[in-house]
Amino acid sequence: MSYELVFDVKRGDFDTAGEASRKIKRTLQQLGVSNKVIRKVSIAGYEGEMNLAIHSSGGRIVLQVGEEELVLTIEDVGPGIANIDLAMTAGWSTAGDEVRQMGFGAGMGLPNMKNNADSFEISSKIGEGTKIVMKFFV
Amino acid sequence: MKVSALLENKEFKCLNPQVGIEGVIKSGYVGDLLSWVMANAGHGCAWVTIQTHVNIIAVASLLEMSCVIIPEGAEVEESTLERAIIEDIPIIITGLNAFEVCKILGNAGI
Repeated sequence: MSYELVFDVKRGDFDTAGEASRKIKRTLQQLGVSNKVIRKVSIAGYEGEMNLAIHSSGGRIVLQVGEEELVLTIEDVGPGIANIDLAMTAGWSTAGDEVRQMGFGAGMGLPNMKNNADSFEISSKIGEGTKIVMKFFV
Repeated sequence: MKVSALLENKEFKCLNPQVGIEGVIKSGYVGDLLSWVMANAGHGCAWVTIQTHVNIIAVASLLEMSCVIIPEGAEVEESTLERAIIEDIPIIITGLNAFEVCKILGNAGI
């Protein structure tokens, strides 16, 4: 059986950012997924959600629940990442002062996603958008 | 140590006592960079942070923290408290600084 959840995330929407990650976590708890996997998906999902709120022009999070794996896709409509290797470097961030004062923009988001997922793929095109696909084995 | 036991110390005050305060503090974590906290804080920890905006509740809830402790009298936003009540996360304020909070937690065996 497979199951899919979709959440839209708007740019700059910090007050509700975290909501999709919370709903994903609750769903996985109800499905009986182990706490260890839930923690990994929660961290990766939250980072993806915050990246959409901070950096993107808007996007969505899709969770597909399969029997052997969970697939978490973070997809946005721009602006795209110029240098993915640089963006993947821990500590590197383009976040502005305002969000840094809120404790975001530490340059840990993408590394945190990669570290918690069992597989991590990122593709991006300037002017089109960024897509991250993460898999978690259950 | 339970959150309620920490609150017996008059240096600490819970801003939303209607939430459950019988959770066990299993560890402590200090940090204001949310991604660092997400990556490293443990389940059931007491998190000491000077961040007071609503997103700290998302972090605390996702990691199932026992409580959030706001040091040095920093003011907590109303939206943060509202969300903390929904998510059942105790928000504790103190005039102590983060180091002094950690000393108390450490002396209590955490």
